Amino acid sequence: MTALVEVKGLDKAFGGVHAVEGVSFSVEAGQVYSVIGPNGAGKTTLFNLITGLYTPTKGEILLNGESTAKLEPNELAERGMCRTFQQMQICMNMTAIENVMLGRHLQLKSSLFTTLFRLPSLRRNEAAARKRAAELMEYVGCGDYLDAEASAMSYGALKRLEIARALAAEPKVILLDEPAAGLNAVETAALEDLIRKIADQGTTVMLVEHDMKLVMGISDRLLVLNYGRVLAEGTPEEIRQNPDVIAAYLGG
Amino acid sequence: MLNTFMQSRLRGLVILALILVILPAFLGNPFHYELVTQMAIIAATVVGLNLLVGFAGQISLGHAGFFGLGAYFTGIATGTYGWSSVPALVVGAIVVGAIAWIVGRPILRLKGHYLSMATLAVGFIIAIILNNERALTGGPDGMPVPAFEIFGWELSAFGRYSLFGITIEGFQAWYIFASVVLLVAVWFALNLIESPIGRALRSVHGSEVAASVVGVNTAKYKSLVFVISAIYASLMGSLYAHFQGFITPAVASFEFSILFITMVVLGGMGSTFGVILGAVVLKLLPQVLADFQELEHVMFGLILMLTMIFMPKGLLPTLTAFVSKKMRKKAGGEA
Repeated sequence: MTALVEVKGLDKAFGGVHAVEGVSFSVEAGQVYSVIGPNGAGKTTLFNLITGLYTPTKGEILLNGESTAKLEPNELAERGMCRTFQQMQICMNMTAIENVMLGRHLQLKSSLFTTLFRLPSLRRNEAAARKRAAELMEYVGCGDYLDAEASAMSYGALKRLEIARALAAEPKVILLDEPAAGLNAVETAALEDLIRKIADQGTTVMLVEHDMKLVMGISDRLLVLNYGRVLAEGTPEEIRQNPDVIAAYLGG
Repeated sequence: MLNTFMQSRLRGLVILALILVILPAFLGNPFHYELVTQMAIIAATVVGLNLLVGFAGQISLGHAGFFGLGAYFTGIATGTYGWSSVPALVVGAIVVGAIAWIVGRPILRLKGHYLSMATLAVGFIIAIILNNERALTGGPDGMPVPAFEIFGWELSAFGRYSLFGITIEGFQAWYIFASVVLLVAVWFALNLIESPIGRALRSVHGSEVAASVVGVNTAKYKSLVFVISAIYASLMGSLYAHFQGFITPAVASFEFSILFITMVVLGGMGSTFGVILGAVVLKLLPQVLADFQELEHVMFGLILMLTMIFMPKGLLPTLTAFVSKKMRKKAGGEA
């Protein structure tokens, strides 16, 4: 089985600071793969590199065996990679459901002519996209907000909305950057169920998260970063018993 | 029945059409008709500009440049080379769209003030060319433009026409023509906004990063909307030239560009009907304020300032928010 996402000797320097240095790992299709580490370890930088928002200083990232070096974020999305952000990126000038329908962008190709005259094909596709978006909002647990303005939604609901938008693109791999940050215990439990549901449907999940209970519970494999370097990699059990990790991160 | 209508997506268009039908009852003389026809043509221009500014969140301080190019393309093609109006209008729009695309690709990489400066420069360059190419454009003295002509039938503001036994004056015919054009321009804009393309445009405004990670090619959509708004401006510039019968480089001037942007901001960015209201108010104010003579410009500036301080979202969005709040209160009182 070939890896879905493969990272080889990845390096990212901001001036003299190496945010990510010599990182290699691979994620197989269907896994829940988590990246953990102290603040400033380079987790979000790693996600930004993988999703094409940053250009690596050195090293290579392969998506389904194809190098992503020259690809823009939108081209990576076309190849099945989607993500959410630690600092949420929601279009506050739209309603909740429009944000999710935006996720259907790649499935909704319509010509300018069709659009200007609002031909029946466009109306059909829009209705279908709306239905799908409503289902997804129900699925992630913000079905009560369909036509609410995004700016009127709570923090927790927006976090789930962002996941719904990413899922709407039908990605092969979804990257979630600290989805549990700022959520209470009940919301975190709901999130854990949601991530498990997503994984069970065959979508590969990559996760950056601080909540160790959540991470240890749902991950197939973990990558531990410290100061931009790989400290350890393995199954949750292996990580829990790794002396380096215990010393640097988990605490005695 | 009334409720479903009020929620339908075309209710604004229907209301606008009704206003345009009723309006002639209040128009007393040809000057009124001229003013309202100009309003309609300029309103259609800012509806196009609003797609760029209000929905996609980009700015253009040089849009009068595209308006002027359309006007002069029509003036030169029909006046100097004897083309028919419709081909001149269409070819002009294609040429202006192509220019906007070529110019837009590099400058739309800029953001904020830098984009403002770049678009400002585009407008200035166009105005300078129109001023200096005397042989072609007549320079600062301007040039005459023949009446709008379709299938050998001329539409002149000074003519008189018989339609189905009803005699109408040329300025009335122009009013009808401009009204239909405005309604079509609004209909296209509404259709565009409520579509996958429109969502992609709005997402560029809302969060470019979010847009790009769900697969929106943000550079492509910025160029697209820049071209569409330039084509709107070009087409309306062409009509304006025919309607006025005479054009000077003032149609491409910086002042005109600023007027367009002010209409968008004052009326309500991202509100198609708001920017129409903005166009109406800004065309009307100088007429109303003429009584103040030398204080006219002071009053004009003061009104703009006060509106922007107390209604930062623009006229129409503020008014609709106010009305719906009142209505909600009333509904709450009944319950």
